[in-house]
Amino acid sequence: MTSQAFYEELQGVLKKYPVKQSAVLEALYILQRDKNYLSDEDIHTAAEALEMTVTEVQAIVGFYSLFRRQPTGKYLIQVCTDLPCALRGADAFYRRLCERLGLPPEGGTTADGLFTVEEVVCLAACDRAPVAQINLQYFEHLTDQAMDAVIARLREQG
Amino acid sequence: MQSLPGCVSKGDMAYLTEHILLRHRDVPGIKTIDVYMAHGGYQALDKALNTLQPAQVTEMVKASGLRGRGGASFPTGLKWSFIPKDAPTTYVVVNADESEPGTFKDREIIEGNPHQLLEGTALCAYAIGACVAYIYGRGEFRTLFVDLQRAIDEAYQAGWLGQNIRGSNFSLDIHLHLGAGAYICGEETALLESLEGKLGMPRARPPFPTQYGLYGKPTVVNNVETLANVPPIVLHGPEWYRQFGTEQSPGVKIFCLSGCINRPGNYELSLGIPLRVLIEECGGGAPEGRAIKAILPSGASSHLLPGYNPELPLDYESLQAAGAPLGSASFIVLDETVDIPWAIAKVTHFFKHESCGKCTPCREGTYWLEDVYRRLLNGRAWPGDVELLLSIAEQMNGNCFCALGEFALCPVRSSIEHLRAEYEAHVPQGSR
Repeated sequence: MTSQAFYEELQGVLKKYPVKQSAVLEALYILQRDKNYLSDEDIHTAAEALEMTVTEVQAIVGFYSLFRRQPTGKYLIQVCTDLPCALRGADAFYRRLCERLGLPPEGGTTADGLFTVEEVVCLAACDRAPVAQINLQYFEHLTDQAMDAVIARLREQG
Repeated sequence: MQSLPGCVSKGDMAYLTEHILLRHRDVPGIKTIDVYMAHGGYQALDKALNTLQPAQVTEMVKASGLRGRGGASFPTGLKWSFIPKDAPTTYVVVNADESEPGTFKDREIIEGNPHQLLEGTALCAYAIGACVAYIYGRGEFRTLFVDLQRAIDEAYQAGWLGQNIRGSNFSLDIHLHLGAGAYICGEETALLESLEGKLGMPRARPPFPTQYGLYGKPTVVNNVETLANVPPIVLHGPEWYRQFGTEQSPGVKIFCLSGCINRPGNYELSLGIPLRVLIEECGGGAPEGRAIKAILPSGASSHLLPGYNPELPLDYESLQAAGAPLGSASFIVLDETVDIPWAIAKVTHFFKHESCGKCTPCREGTYWLEDVYRRLLNGRAWPGDVELLLSIAEQMNGNCFCALGEFALCPVRSSIEHLRAEYEAHVPQGSR
């Protein structure tokens, strides 16, 4: 995203708050949106726009788990394996998903760079387990077949 | 007892005939403002603006006996009354950072019945003299918040938000704010830090947020479900609300039911109803008729409730007396096939993952707890490991900076206390 587009979008966010720093999470989301991770340059951009130090912004990026410093696959598949989901088969579902995508049991990124699969903690959908978010969109009551269908559709989209 | 909307008496207990919070289950389309208004929506705010002083709204909430539904169970009206009367700037902050394993009720309210949350937020703002409110949602709720923003836009267009609402001198803006993946931000002072653009780490209390909150101004932080209770209380009156529940635990509560249960989901019930109503009538019991070994009644941070007592009344006092506080009422059911140390290792992993790192007892303690659990489950336990778990817990107990660190201990200690044999089964006998 261009620096101008970033600043324009940020203006709308800044209006909500009496202090600039409150917009830091949203600023980072904007910068991360197109490529799924934050570069060093992005962190400098956010720091300058919000009148924070680079160290402060880096600390924020490190603290909050939704910010990433490394590229992921185009589709980030996050499966909850916390207790309520695990009681409904999420652990086994996750392992089988990794296996079908040719990934090690702990997850990772497919060779074509299309999918990154990882385990996450609670997504507030325990009653609809197994559950995953793909680029933050919910997919619930999942079965192997349902997940395969989703993956096939995303593969087609490329 | 006089018959009022929403309830029918059975014995001395009022049962719901329609939902009070999860109204979208009875009224299709209530997430849009037209349908909401056609079913009594924004009448409570209208009533407050035209006939009630702000302090009277607080008094009604106080009289209703409503307590915080996020887990801390603090009396809501009392919290509102702590806001200094002469404060020039105050804030309402809605805690929608629902992140605890086993809890998924606020999400349903936001998705299904968003205007009731907005109206409750507006009533709270009116009561405490705030003209800005923030709804802090977890970052994973981004798509949910697109729809919530649409509801806010509708409310502005209909004149229920913005400047001089309905010709009164009350003005309110509601802004959405997304977190970015941190359970700790559900702790109210960590949430405020995060909203200010800082690391989401808890503040020392006192001062409490009602004195020194967002940007240092007096602030009420309330949970989504708590605020959704407010419009019907203001509209129908505290006496109506007190028909539900018990003398000490009045009202209705959304119970999140998950784990080993045939029909998991949210169930809105009068407080005080027997456990069997939730587990059997609502949930259909454990799969394949299995016996229930234990229940975690307030999500991952529960004290474990061993066995299954079908007549246990689901209210704050009864659960407290049974040794497992009701909290957010997130019931995770563990049936006879579940290995208890495995289950508690799962929640311990969660707390270790989500420890914010501010204080040593929580940061290090959860790390070591997880380490011991891992070797317990890998068949590499050492003799004395069960005692070691208790010893780590004891060293954390009372020493963590915020309640969330203390939460990590509850399932560990209570499960060892009640079901120690399950732990010992993982520990080889003899020397190491």
